[in-house]
Amino acid sequence: MKETLGTTGLVFNEPLLWEKGKKGRSGFSLPRRDVAEHPVDKKLEGPGPDFPDLSEVDVVRHFIRLSQWNFSVDSGMYPLGSCTMKYNPKTNEVQSARPGLAQAHPLLPQQLSQGALRLMYDLEQYLTEITGMDATSLQPAAGAHGELAGMLLFYAYHKSKGAPRSKIIVPDTAHGTNPASAALCGYRSIPIKSNERGVLSPQAVEDIMDTDTAGIMVTNPNTLGLFEENIKAVSDIVHAKGGLVYGDGANMNAIMGIVNMGELGIDVLHLNLHKTFSSPHGGGGPGSGPVCVRKHLEPFLPVPRVIKQKDRYILSEDFPESFGKIHAFYGNVGVMIRAYSYILSMGPENLIKASQLAVLNAAYIKDQLKGTFHLAYDRPCMHECVFSDKLQKPYKVTTLDMVKRLMDYGFHPPTIYFPLVVPGAIMIEPTETESKEDIDQFIESMKAIAREAKENPERLHAAPGKTKRKRLDETLAARKPCLTG
Amino acid sequence: MRYLPHTAEDIAAMLKAVKIDSLEGLFAHIPKDCRRKEALQIPAALTEWELNIHMDQLAQTMATAPEYKVFLGAGSYRHYVPAAASFLAGRSEFVTAYTPYQPEVSQGTLQAIYEYQTLTARLLGMEVANASQYDGASALAEAMLMAVRVSRKKTVAVSRAVHPTYRQVLATYFEPTDFNIIELPYLSDGTTDVSAIKDMDDLGGVAVQSPNFFGCMENLEAIKSSLPDKKTLLVACFSEPLAYGLYKSPGHSGADIACGEGQSLGIPHTFGGPGLGMFAAKMKYVRNMPGRLVGQTVDKEGNRGHVLTLSTREQHIRREKATSNICTNHSLCALAAVIYMASLGGSGFKKLARLNYDKAEYFKGALQQAGFELPFSRPTFNEFVVAFPDGFEKIYQDLLQKKIIAGLPLVDFYPELKNHYVLCATETTARDDMDTLVKEILQ
Repeated sequence: MKETLGTTGLVFNEPLLWEKGKKGRSGFSLPRRDVAEHPVDKKLEGPGPDFPDLSEVDVVRHFIRLSQWNFSVDSGMYPLGSCTMKYNPKTNEVQSARPGLAQAHPLLPQQLSQGALRLMYDLEQYLTEITGMDATSLQPAAGAHGELAGMLLFYAYHKSKGAPRSKIIVPDTAHGTNPASAALCGYRSIPIKSNERGVLSPQAVEDIMDTDTAGIMVTNPNTLGLFEENIKAVSDIVHAKGGLVYGDGANMNAIMGIVNMGELGIDVLHLNLHKTFSSPHGGGGPGSGPVCVRKHLEPFLPVPRVIKQKDRYILSEDFPESFGKIHAFYGNVGVMIRAYSYILSMGPENLIKASQLAVLNAAYIKDQLKGTFHLAYDRPCMHECVFSDKLQKPYKVTTLDMVKRLMDYGFHPPTIYFPLVVPGAIMIEPTETESKEDIDQFIESMKAIAREAKENPERLHAAPGKTKRKRLDETLAARKPCLTG
Repeated sequence: MRYLPHTAEDIAAMLKAVKIDSLEGLFAHIPKDCRRKEALQIPAALTEWELNIHMDQLAQTMATAPEYKVFLGAGSYRHYVPAAASFLAGRSEFVTAYTPYQPEVSQGTLQAIYEYQTLTARLLGMEVANASQYDGASALAEAMLMAVRVSRKKTVAVSRAVHPTYRQVLATYFEPTDFNIIELPYLSDGTTDVSAIKDMDDLGGVAVQSPNFFGCMENLEAIKSSLPDKKTLLVACFSEPLAYGLYKSPGHSGADIACGEGQSLGIPHTFGGPGLGMFAAKMKYVRNMPGRLVGQTVDKEGNRGHVLTLSTREQHIRREKATSNICTNHSLCALAAVIYMASLGGSGFKKLARLNYDKAEYFKGALQQAGFELPFSRPTFNEFVVAFPDGFEKIYQDLLQKKIIAGLPLVDFYPELKNHYVLCATETTARDDMDTLVKEILQ
């Protein structure tokens, strides 16, 4: 395709829900009344909510118009670093919508819910195998929830040893959820700087690891897209002082079948099924953040656990050392179904190939854009690469300006200003599901923007120009919060 | 594989560009002792056709309506979801988008969530609602952490009539902290006994659920007036927000925080998740709230638009000082809920709530007439407790054979409530089915 992907077309305006509709309309077919009215306690009775009354057509047009203001994976490439915006297979949606699964009440007697229990049991086995760990719990509802589960495991483990600890080591490249999750468990975060190669140095860990430190949280591959090459040495140092190693598996998409996380010395690892295992992000959830553990932490996993007894699957609460529960039921089963469907569709060879192609796509982008943009760490990358706006600084063009302009070219912006260790970071994760043609078009668009930065910086300051809304006043939103209408 | 677009030719060209001779070579920089040696032991790939057959077999084993008559509520409710609502919530543009960090290309999600926040605040009678949390249980845990943050006190009280697993989740969240939880007993009418709190001077929050786990409406106004201290927050929890189409909302009854499960608003059971953690509070507490918030603003041309805002509370800015570690919320479930609420409208919401109430009242009447005891006298919404005679466990099992699930036994959660079951009737429960249940029990 010669022309630019991004263009303009007829986009509809649409008011807020309560600015349309008319009292007395309805978009709902109320089931037939087959019982009489019964008096209601007047002291408790209320007026009911003040919602607009809308017809079905009002509702449909409203939300279809809104949907057209969104960028999505199904409309184009979404190279958000550390978010793994891969294609979300449609068969997964069909599987999770099957009435037997979607309409299944969570408190069904266990003999009447064998299919869902088997699916959860098998998915746990698959994730355990893919990560190289010993056991998995699917209960956490999101990545950050998985991190919380991981910290609760740390806490329960150290408590069982009779000595709860107070600190935790968190690298400066970590996602903000890491220190926040640790804080929920009362741990004080001790930051540690990555070295000049962008990874952890064993010496730096040795210097601060002590017997009051519960352990370390490591993202591997890290948020610079680099493999933490000293991970085994780091694990040994932490273990020698009685600590544990937490692995943030947000970037697992780079290493499926290629690295065995258990062998690296990682004691707990969380996965994001909505990243690596293809379930959609839903505009910000629901996700699912299973935790995989080594044998010594298995007794502390949340309950209930799905166990197999002969040919039957049961939910067991009989794990006296468990840290408890973090979900009302068993976690986000709808997301688990999608991940299960994905793993079965892919099989072992394609999962490995997916990681290989994810890394190939990132390496190719890194190579093609090197020189056009400043590359923070010129080393072999994994599934993502991190550039910055250093070369565009002389033209007074920032990362923000460039990625806003990228929207006009028909691409979603990469992750920006993260990780914090790279000023003006542009973090690109293409994923394996983008074809060479689409990647080439992305590269051409990035190069065109770099040219514009030199020749016509004003155009970038004014970007985006083709979107439904131009740059929004975020300061005003925060200074005078208007959170409901 | 249909999700992997690379041809052999593409791979060769790309490898050549990066000067690496094989796909395997891309990983050569990883130390050898970190490499996986064993093959992946997972099943071989299925075709889409084979997958359909396999998934259908799994789904067939599950007991679902209409084949089964399911009288279960207890935190997950069966309601009719309009076809248009499911259709709209399945739009790719919503489903396959990320968190709206780039507002210019995310106005669809942002406006929808702003509308969700608004309708949620109106439903709960509160001033501000967040963009959602994971589920009712974690929403309650976060609410109680917020209560100790706001009040700067160390103890919270929670009613035993709050959903048992919500209380377990709350206990898990509080275990590594310095804060304490005390449990409040329930009275013979099925509501919470708050007499224990009146002399407590270190109480940051009191949590009750209304309708509670027994289906009973709590007297929130009376509880509010018995709080020992002005700083103590009243946290009103719920698992069935449709009740506020009939009964007064938490906000109109004095709640400082209202939180709970929103699954009943257009979201299928899916064996318990994903659900929708709803969370709302008074505006004066907004900077202590967990979770994402969407706010209204203008763009450079002065047009109305929406953005994520007040993010200085959140983990990606504040790191360890954030109000919560929450990052992902349940945006798509919030979208389903706002579409559902919009489809019903204010008038429809009230009618539907009334129908749920009347169905349950009919059910209660039929059971009472058959001679069964309803131990709790408080008004209920769409579920209630029945005390069956000794030996009912056997009948319950027999009914399963007849494809009837006669509610949830309470004894696992409340050892003192032997033979007590919580039963539920919504607008999807036909009168004939309720009559059948009563008849079958009597046989």
